[in-house]
Amino acid sequence: MVLESRTGQNPEHEHFDDRRMEVIMGRLLQVGVLLASFVMIAGGLLYMHAHSGETPNYRVFSSEPQRLRHFSGVFEGIQTGDPAALIQLAVLLLIATPVARVAFALIAFLIERDKLFVVISSIVLAVLLYGFLRPQ
Amino acid sequence: MTLSLFTGLLFFGSLTAGLLGALTGLGGGVVLVPLLTVFFHVDIRYAIGVSLISVIATSSGAAAAYVREGFSSVRIGMFLEVATTLGAILGAYLATVVHTQALAIIFGLVLIYSAVVSWQQRKEAAQQVKGHSRWSEKLELSGSYPDREGKPCRYEVENIPGGFGLMFVAGTLSGLLGIGSGAVKVLAMDKVMKVPFKVSTTTSNFMIGVTAAASAGIYLHRGLVAPGLAFPVMLGVLAGSLIGARYLVRARTAVLRSVFTLVVLALGIEMIVNGVTKWF
Repeated sequence: MVLESRTGQNPEHEHFDDRRMEVIMGRLLQVGVLLASFVMIAGGLLYMHAHSGETPNYRVFSSEPQRLRHFSGVFEGIQTGDPAALIQLAVLLLIATPVARVAFALIAFLIERDKLFVVISSIVLAVLLYGFLRPQ
Repeated sequence: MTLSLFTGLLFFGSLTAGLLGALTGLGGGVVLVPLLTVFFHVDIRYAIGVSLISVIATSSGAAAAYVREGFSSVRIGMFLEVATTLGAILGAYLATVVHTQALAIIFGLVLIYSAVVSWQQRKEAAQQVKGHSRWSEKLELSGSYPDREGKPCRYEVENIPGGFGLMFVAGTLSGLLGIGSGAVKVLAMDKVMKVPFKVSTTTSNFMIGVTAAASAGIYLHRGLVAPGLAFPVMLGVLAGSLIGARYLVRARTAVLRSVFTLVVLALGIEMIVNGVTKWF
């Protein structure tokens, strides 16, 4: 039964097996990276324009400003036209891409009615969301 | 150095790191962090933050090629991601308490280890082990992949607790050092769990992105992802790894690979020496 559902021979799972899930998830990742890259290029070029003439120094560690570390700050920054906020949006999109992949896998396992893997992917998603959304 | 020159150099440096990562199969991060710290004198914490972002980009960007091959196992990946993501969160917390010079030394050791693994992979032929594992069936981790004639080739997974434990270590290293720790992941899946080579390499690629995403958010909240670095580095590594995957892997690269493995080894030694001399 388990093997059948995987190879797609079971009629019930004919249109939705692990292989099909992999293909859709692969696309999802590609779209996410493409989107993040476009936002990154736009933000980066604007950043270069805004900061031209400055001398970059990353030798000494000084944490990035608070406003660039959180969703709300990043969105406010974009509204005021801060190029650095646009770059951070690209970073957020990039981090969200694998998270979306796991969320999709969870939905796919729900459709397959695979309880064990619904639990396993829920745990992974919970850990990812903890890292992503954790306040502070 | 002006901003445009710095950004341009960073872009081409990151492109090289991405190429090297694809060529050695070690991933972009392993070469990127030493490049940023040794040659661009970037603080290692910034280097790790931006490296994590590049690791996600590389892993997701390569997804299409891996899916086409059709060897990856979403179940093995998802199961082991429980271990790697938890490890990654622990690693991200450890990063706040570990001295930066100690970070450099640990990084150097991982580099040397990775170089050795990459060297062995080159020589080793694919091994076929047929065993029977009860847990492999219970956890639905057994599977099949198409062989050369396209016939499904069955496989089972062995020593699941051992593999799971090693994956936790791989995740911790990823969160601590900002790398994909592909070398440890391949060790856990190939050597310990006896997953067929083709399945383990492709599955590992997906896991790397998910693992890095677990700690990347924490690094971003801490202000360790610098926009001025993220722009050239992420795009450079992504471009480099895509070019590397497309053109270099298929070419005859045995010699190039040996040379680059030596480069990784040298970078590892450099990071350790640098770390030790600055610390004491």
